[in-house]
Amino acid sequence: MDKHLVEVKNLRTYFYTASGISKAVDGVSFTVDEGETLGIVGESGCGKSVMSASIMRLLASKAGKIVDGTVHFNGADVRALNENQLREFRGKDVAMIFQDPMTTLDPVFKIGDQMVEAIQAHENITKEEARRISAEALGKVGIPDPEKRLNSYPFELSGGMCQRVAIAMVLCGKPKLIIADEPTTALDVTMQAQILKLMKQLQTESHTAIMLITHNLGVVWEMCDRVMVMYAGRVVEQAAVKELYSNPMHPYTWGLMDSMPALNDTPKEPMSTIEGMPPDLRLVGKGCNFRDRCKYAQPQCAEVVPEPVDLGNGHCVACLLQTREHRLEREGGKRHG
Amino acid sequence: MAERDVLLEVEHLTKTFPIQGRNRERKQFLYALDDVSLQIHRGETLGVIGESGCGKSTLSRCIVSLHKATEGKIFLDGQDISQMRGKERKNMHRRIQMIFQDPYSSLDPRKTVAQSVMEPFIIHNIQPEGMSRLERALELIQAVGLDQYHMHRYPYEFSGGQRQRINIARALTVGPELLVCDEPVSALDVSMQAQVLNLLIRLQQEFHLTYLFISHDLSVIRYISDTIAVMYLGHIVELCPAGDIYQRPLHPYTQALLSAIPPSSPFEEKEQIELKGDIPSPIGRQPGCPLASRCQHCTQRCRTERPELKAVEKDHSVACFLYSQ
Amino acid sequence: MNTTNTAASERAISSEALFKREEKANSLWRKFCRNRAAVVGLIIVAFMVFIAVFSPLVAQQSPNELDLPNRLLPPLSPGHLFGTDEFGRDLFARIIYGSRTSIIIAAGASVVGCLLGLVVGLVAGYAGGAVDSVLMRIVDGMFAFPSILLSIVLVTVLGNGALNVILALGISSLPKFARVVRGQVTILKNEEYCNAERVLGASHLRLVIRHILPNAMSPIIVYFTLNIASAILSEAGLSFLGLGIIAPTPSWGNILRAGNSFLGTAPHVAFLPGAFILLAVLGFNLTGDGIRDALDPKMKR
Repeated sequence: MDKHLVEVKNLRTYFYTASGISKAVDGVSFTVDEGETLGIVGESGCGKSVMSASIMRLLASKAGKIVDGTVHFNGADVRALNENQLREFRGKDVAMIFQDPMTTLDPVFKIGDQMVEAIQAHENITKEEARRISAEALGKVGIPDPEKRLNSYPFELSGGMCQRVAIAMVLCGKPKLIIADEPTTALDVTMQAQILKLMKQLQTESHTAIMLITHNLGVVWEMCDRVMVMYAGRVVEQAAVKELYSNPMHPYTWGLMDSMPALNDTPKEPMSTIEGMPPDLRLVGKGCNFRDRCKYAQPQCAEVVPEPVDLGNGHCVACLLQTREHRLEREGGKRHG
Repeated sequence: MAERDVLLEVEHLTKTFPIQGRNRERKQFLYALDDVSLQIHRGETLGVIGESGCGKSTLSRCIVSLHKATEGKIFLDGQDISQMRGKERKNMHRRIQMIFQDPYSSLDPRKTVAQSVMEPFIIHNIQPEGMSRLERALELIQAVGLDQYHMHRYPYEFSGGQRQRINIARALTVGPELLVCDEPVSALDVSMQAQVLNLLIRLQQEFHLTYLFISHDLSVIRYISDTIAVMYLGHIVELCPAGDIYQRPLHPYTQALLSAIPPSSPFEEKEQIELKGDIPSPIGRQPGCPLASRCQHCTQRCRTERPELKAVEKDHSVACFLYSQ
Repeated sequence: MNTTNTAASERAISSEALFKREEKANSLWRKFCRNRAAVVGLIIVAFMVFIAVFSPLVAQQSPNELDLPNRLLPPLSPGHLFGTDEFGRDLFARIIYGSRTSIIIAAGASVVGCLLGLVVGLVAGYAGGAVDSVLMRIVDGMFAFPSILLSIVLVTVLGNGALNVILALGISSLPKFARVVRGQVTILKNEEYCNAERVLGASHLRLVIRHILPNAMSPIIVYFTLNIASAILSEAGLSFLGLGIIAPTPSWGNILRAGNSFLGTAPHVAFLPGAFILLAVLGFNLTGDGIRDALDPKMKR
């Protein structure tokens, strides 16, 4: 049990709004091992960002509360940490990279000063030493002239460069886990390729675990070891990347994979889509959240919340229809090699 | 194959934006578009792909007259649109419509769906044949896959995908021939994106539309286009039939773009053609090939001379010296 | 298939219900009512408007009836709830009738200032460029004067009288309105939906009137309410200086001015109109703040 780096069990985070309880994260369990990359895939509003904020205990709104579940990091209960321990946990053990690097970088301070401050917050070293470490880190993430760049303000750099700086800041803390929340979504494809390559390379060097939150399956195929598909606050499928790709089991995963246009598709042929829209998280209750959009839905799907079932090799799927003797066959999906 | 009829022609279009210089510095210009020429054929889709800041949005805004071209001309059916005045100009607005990227800001928050969709009727004083304006609006709303009960709701009650449908319905009210789609699916989730793309393809056949489709996503462009233009730093660097972009990309930039796309399966091992560094600044006119600073095939000639967009074979043009010998 | 359809329709109904609930929770009125200070403010405003409109019913006595033997009676004297002033006039009646003058002038001045500001702000913001620069420099010039000084100058030029005071106060609040409107318009005119209108071929006038103005209204309404409060103060100031409403017509300002001379012997003559001014200003300010908070989409709870 204690060999997992992160162990989340049955996590529930609800938002209490004037118009009802929004179940943003509703019973999520998973683990991340050292040096592993876990991809978390889902559309906007599926709860992936709220989940990472819950793990970091960074829920901004007073309305959002973790109502149930446990989060263990390196064996320690994250929900029980006090303010001091929490600061240590956030800066040193776990670091976050956000979609918009500007949320990590303060626009009114020089990059060097911000990095030095971040380093000194957790390590008892001199300013000069911290500056040297910062410059080294900037060089590592491929920023030309790192010494000079320390004196730049964030707005003087492009989005891709800022994201590199954010990654460099993360590196300085030597975290055991990096939570990357859509780190390349705001970037162009060529820059995205560079950043992903950089993250991969750094991971091999330092053996850091990464939780990569994204909506882009292509990024998952490239980066991750395991992947977890979320829908409306719940995990619908979890498997090793190659296993998920060759043998997806949940109808939502099928839809997600089929609605990405691929370069070798026949142009202008209607794509298969997931009809309808994700449900309002204040309305979900009993039954499978995906049933309204699922073409295989049965009456029982409205009654029982499907539990994740392990099909072997750590491939879990939460779908009633997949646990019967005759498994559901994917219809008309793209054929993958 | 029948003769392809040119609906819109862009000739040597250049658009610059003045940059406020500090103190006494010389006034500088940002070259958003630099000598762009292309043709859009009736009933077809021209896809424009490029990274942010490559000028693809400026191109679309020049075509719908939101920007005034600094140099060059745009012809609609052989007529220069910058010369159009009064009634002619209003008529031109009926023939060219646009779908914007951001579904959240492109609808007036204080107008119901019905009001927004009927707006063009009022502007152009159109009376649909044999039915009221409201009935026609309902027809269009249903054509884009929304329901009657959506008619009297406000934009904030809709998701991004639904709003984009409303935008499409509004653009269709005037019966346009050319629909300029500026990243219409970029702000949407994967499943919504597929829905809207399917809708656009269906409507193209149903209403005989011509599309100028702009995106930064090569798979989307490849999927919807007949012809693809690759833009980089205000220039078109490659122009080819959609099929060729995947099978035979010629320009080094196109090749790099293609290799940068995340793999379509975890088993795929991609050969990465890395472009070094960042996109150079578009301020001021630089001599030479725009890609020179990042290209691995760069020669002395590339730094001093600008390659022209030249046809290397039928329908496939590229602006690169590698193919000019 | 059938079953999924019914499930879907069931959910559609409940999402309809949810939407109603949300609409209710987020309606302006609900949000406003959740703010206690704002409700208190609104009650004060309603009270002030009521006494202004129904002055003859609220005050039984005439505000101008002299009764020299009963000068400077203290409050709660028989027949004179608030006592009398230096000419023996009933102070209660004077303050009630004074509210009429004060509130009409304040509201009128705000309307004038708002309309002028709208025109200047819309033109400057929408046209941009040189027109914007010229108009806004003029507005900046007006800003350079403290608004009370500007009103004093204007009243001196225009002369006394309610209409002139309205004009003077209105003009002196023009720059504030123009700024707010211009700021809104410069943001709104670049909104994508305005571009969509342009692509549809809409005229500038249609764009401004039908799309920009309605969307710019909410901060203007807030500002209008807040401006009434400051106009009440300005009017009182002008009248206090003897430049605004001239006695015998009662206004809070000139009653205060009259009471100024008897602060030692009969403080209530100055204190009571002062209290009303304070209350009215407080009421309009609280209401304005309440509207602003209710209109702020971030204030969901």
